[in-house]
Amino acid sequence: MTYTPAEMMTVAAARALGDGDICFVGIGLPSAACNLARLTHAPRIHLIYESGTLGTKPEVLPLSIGDGELCETALTTVPVPEVFRYWLQGGRITVGFLSGAQVDRFGNLNSTVVGDYAKPRVRLPGSGGATEIATGCGQIFIVMRHGARSFVKQLDFLTSLGHGRTGRERRELGIRTKGPALLVSDLCIMRPDPETNELTVTSLHPGIAREQVRENTGWDVRFAERVAETEPPRAMELEVLRDLHARTARAHGPADGRE
Amino acid sequence: MCDNRPRPPLYANIARERDIRAAGFSGMEFLSLKDAIGRHVKDGDQVALEGFTHLIPFAAGHEIIRQGRRDLTLIRMTPDLIYDQMIGMGTARKLVFSWGGNPGVGSLHRFRDAVERGWPAPLEIVEHSHAAMAHAYEAGAAGMPCAFFRGYLGSDLARVNGDIRFVRCPFTGERLACIPAFRPDVAIIHAQKADREGNVLIEGIVGVQKEAVLAARRAVVTVEEWVDDFGPRSSNAVILPAWTLTAVVVAPNGARPSYAHGYYARDNAFYIAWDRIARERETFLAWMRENVLG
Repeated sequence: MTYTPAEMMTVAAARALGDGDICFVGIGLPSAACNLARLTHAPRIHLIYESGTLGTKPEVLPLSIGDGELCETALTTVPVPEVFRYWLQGGRITVGFLSGAQVDRFGNLNSTVVGDYAKPRVRLPGSGGATEIATGCGQIFIVMRHGARSFVKQLDFLTSLGHGRTGRERRELGIRTKGPALLVSDLCIMRPDPETNELTVTSLHPGIAREQVRENTGWDVRFAERVAETEPPRAMELEVLRDLHARTARAHGPADGRE
Repeated sequence: MCDNRPRPPLYANIARERDIRAAGFSGMEFLSLKDAIGRHVKDGDQVALEGFTHLIPFAAGHEIIRQGRRDLTLIRMTPDLIYDQMIGMGTARKLVFSWGGNPGVGSLHRFRDAVERGWPAPLEIVEHSHAAMAHAYEAGAAGMPCAFFRGYLGSDLARVNGDIRFVRCPFTGERLACIPAFRPDVAIIHAQKADREGNVLIEGIVGVQKEAVLAARRAVVTVEEWVDDFGPRSSNAVILPAWTLTAVVVAPNGARPSYAHGYYARDNAFYIAWDRIARERETFLAWMRENVLG
């Protein structure tokens, strides 16, 4: 079965989630990956969206973080301050999914501005929940499309802390959660080096050469001693994902530009 | 009516404000949208129109635009299309926010044009995270001067927003983020129902609306419908008593193109279409003239 790079990325991210995970879900790719996991190998996964919906099981992917679908299929819906206070800050969430316009070698993320903060070339949406998700969840999975302009040597702005500018900042700041433990792109899978915390390629998606990863990464990217080949999406995974996207497209109407 | 009852001891400035609030709030009024905005939103006010994706008070925002308010400080976690419209029409001087995008679609083009190119006027921004804003509303509702929480660790946001400070926990020594409470001049929300007395019921994704109302000096609520009685409901339903509100306005469809749980769904197709409408100044202004000002 043929598949797109975006499908490979979503499937690889979904596989990283376990049946026992309590997951803080963002819109877009994370939402697709989390629901794919729920509809395949992790039926008991508990999905939390920052709009306050706990244990939600959407039939179609939400366009916004607060679509009615999320509330109607949730176990319960709590106020937004409670989500951040009791559930996130309280340390009850095992995995948070994040993305950004820029990521650096230590998994720090920028979703605020491109260029100078006071005179930005591009004003991005900003943190949303990300800044505290990055430090409050047990661990962080990053999902991002690979590109030299997004995988950068130096962030224009650090919105959400990964392992910090030195790779060791979390411990210095007294943060006890793990931070970025996985990055899934459309080319490869990266994990932090056990010594330095630098994101290192541990698996290449089928048909992807090391050179492609190098060309699309703004820093001198490192490869683990043993680099695996990512298992391609199985027929069942693709069917479930495509069904989910088809239901979603029908629900939101045409001209839908999402991934 | 509250004035005749004995009060528990009150503290400091917040307490004095509360006295004024109590006196001012004895007369919640049912008003037209025009009168509610005309009387309770002034030029230069700090205004919080809340509703987390759900129940966004679009009708009230449009009335503020029609009445030509200027120099507002707009507070809102997710500016969404309503603040994109208000910023593009020149009502705002300053924006306090935590996520300024078109959910699931992309940029808010009018917000970006204001920040990147100062059109139609320069926009001062005070930028937070969601957790911070939720805590700041809660602190305002609780009558606290500030909120503290475990946040902003390692983030550059603390370098660009002077309102973000850090304190040490006196018991454990842990470094905690601290920000001032939100005390808007007026909070505006949309809800499903008001009853005969003007009590207001909110259902579904309740966001920070209750906190915003209780944090604000004045509160205007638009509702889908006015009912005699709420009827059977959960004992834990979110209800704002009439005496916490300044004005209640019956405004059916007042949250469109956002949604009202139990009434109508979010118009996701419009959110997608807004990207094209708002991308250029001319198409934006034409749309506003035809659909809001006209």
